[in-house]
Amino acid sequence: MNHLAVLPIVFLLSGAIFAVLAGTLNKDAPQIVAIVATAAAFITSILGLREVTQNGPISYELGGWPPPIGIEYVLDPLSAFMLIIVTFIGMLITIYPARIAFDHVVRKNVPVYPLTLLLLSGLTGVMSSGDLFHLFVFLEIFAIATYGLVSLGGDRGVFASFRYLLFGTVGSGLYLLGVGFLYFSTGTLNMADMAQILPDLAGSPTILGALGLITIGLALKMALFPLHIWLPDAHSFSPPGVAALLAAVQVKAGAYALLRILFDVFGPAYTGQAGLPVSQLLTWFGLAGIIYGSVLATRQADVKRLLAYSTVAQLGYIGVGIGIGSRLALIGAILHVLNHALMKSALFLVAGGIIQRTGLKEIARFAGLGKRMVPTMSGFAIAALSMVGIPPLAGFWSKFYLVWAAVDSSNWLVAVVIISSSMLTLVYFLRMFETIFVQEATEPVVANAKIASPTVIGTVWALCAAIIIVGVANVVVVRTIVGPIADGLIG
Amino acid sequence: MIDLFLDRYIYLFVLTLLAIGLYGVMAKTDLMKKLIGLTIFSTAIFLFFIEGSVKTDATLPIIDARGSNPALYVDPIPHLLILTAIVVGVGILGVGLALLVRIYQAHGTFDEAIIVEHMNTEDPYGTPHYPGGHT
Repeated sequence: MNHLAVLPIVFLLSGAIFAVLAGTLNKDAPQIVAIVATAAAFITSILGLREVTQNGPISYELGGWPPPIGIEYVLDPLSAFMLIIVTFIGMLITIYPARIAFDHVVRKNVPVYPLTLLLLSGLTGVMSSGDLFHLFVFLEIFAIATYGLVSLGGDRGVFASFRYLLFGTVGSGLYLLGVGFLYFSTGTLNMADMAQILPDLAGSPTILGALGLITIGLALKMALFPLHIWLPDAHSFSPPGVAALLAAVQVKAGAYALLRILFDVFGPAYTGQAGLPVSQLLTWFGLAGIIYGSVLATRQADVKRLLAYSTVAQLGYIGVGIGIGSRLALIGAILHVLNHALMKSALFLVAGGIIQRTGLKEIARFAGLGKRMVPTMSGFAIAALSMVGIPPLAGFWSKFYLVWAAVDSSNWLVAVVIISSSMLTLVYFLRMFETIFVQEATEPVVANAKIASPTVIGTVWALCAAIIIVGVANVVVVRTIVGPIADGLIG
Repeated sequence: MIDLFLDRYIYLFVLTLLAIGLYGVMAKTDLMKKLIGLTIFSTAIFLFFIEGSVKTDATLPIIDARGSNPALYVDPIPHLLILTAIVVGVGILGVGLALLVRIYQAHGTFDEAIIVEHMNTEDPYGTPHYPGGHT
């Protein structure tokens, strides 16, 4: 029994408790506790990925009860890969200065770091659980932490948080109902055990109903078009650090659960020809989301709202990848989970840096910032070029694999939509480039802006370095990590 | 037909509750009523689980003199799951109510349309939270 499967959650959950206690002693202590906890979780996740790629998946019996009776934690390459993304982004957000990550002013008595750690431990729990009901509990744990964090964004944040609470709870309710259908048909909740039983029940309407409910519930969590309505408000009104965390990793938990349950639990017997057309629907709605998100993003004046709509489009890519479901498409989707996490959190952190120095959110007023805040804005340039898909940056590769998969399966419409969405992305980022780098400063706050604080620059550059490394060394990443994950999901 | 109804009427009941709850969340404009709808929706799911665990002529899942034949005992797992789900639901409801308190303090109403209009025209806390805010 290898403890690496639970150590990230143990670090994050106990960190949340210690951060509460530390907060009673000193105002700054919770942040230090959070940095230590996320760093420890990050290191153990890397060790976990090394362990599972060498020695195969780890099954951990929580409390000593063997599965399927007890709750099983499973660490396989996919979950270890997701854990690394979550803990890496989480670590950078905790390092990022608290004043801008969570609000203009740090409020007393608001336990932001315990909530952040709770959010991260919920996400890691979703990603390492091997039990369908346990996954539901973790879905709700991270959801509750999210509602609290979104509500930090002032009056609008509170309202966005309440709307999100309604949608999120209906989503997890539908998921729970689907799990109920599955439990009463198979008598088990363990994913591996259920995957053994389900093929014998092929064609059962109850199981198909469960598949439909679970897919809708998780698509709501993942904000797949047209179930994305809660996302733009929640992401644009929450403070920059929270928005980065939500866009980069929180919505990915839904994508992960969908990937895991569609491929590892149900399998082609239900999602293929004979079952529900889930794959086709995911592809179509993903495409619609890509177009909708990209078009709306070009029309936003507010930088965080633009990034939020762009998230809707980027989640469409992941939906399309899951929908096509071939090896190439899955590589594209999984790579895009990583790339989007790096790019979108970098962009939100840049937006936070701009707010820190100028208080501006409207793109039109950013004129001349490129000459004033050179380190932050060069980070913005790298992340934005990667979003557009300029090789050799990371963002190019996930689109490349998705287009390749589309051509490979003669899905020409997918290829056309992905390429034209890249053009739209180019449109809105070129407009920002022109404003930021070419125009002269008009606002006095811009003309007097100092470069951002070292922790802002450090975290943005760490993300940009990751974007460049993942881009340049993409062949290695795909061959050693993402390729085997996709093989594992299909095989 | 009537047999089918008598066998399955509890599912119809659950389905009706689910529909009422979802209608409340979607169609009501009063935020408090939306939250009540959400609670009805979750309760329907709880009922579904509890109903599924019932067996005819079965008793509490504590092994007694009648032996360990599982057909003689009610399935305890759905009860366990729903106990957890109720706790989670109470947490969500608490957070929702806390958010409603904040919304009511800021706007003095639960009416969604009025609140949205408030937020688009004026900011109840004086200055907008972020300069250049909502478009």
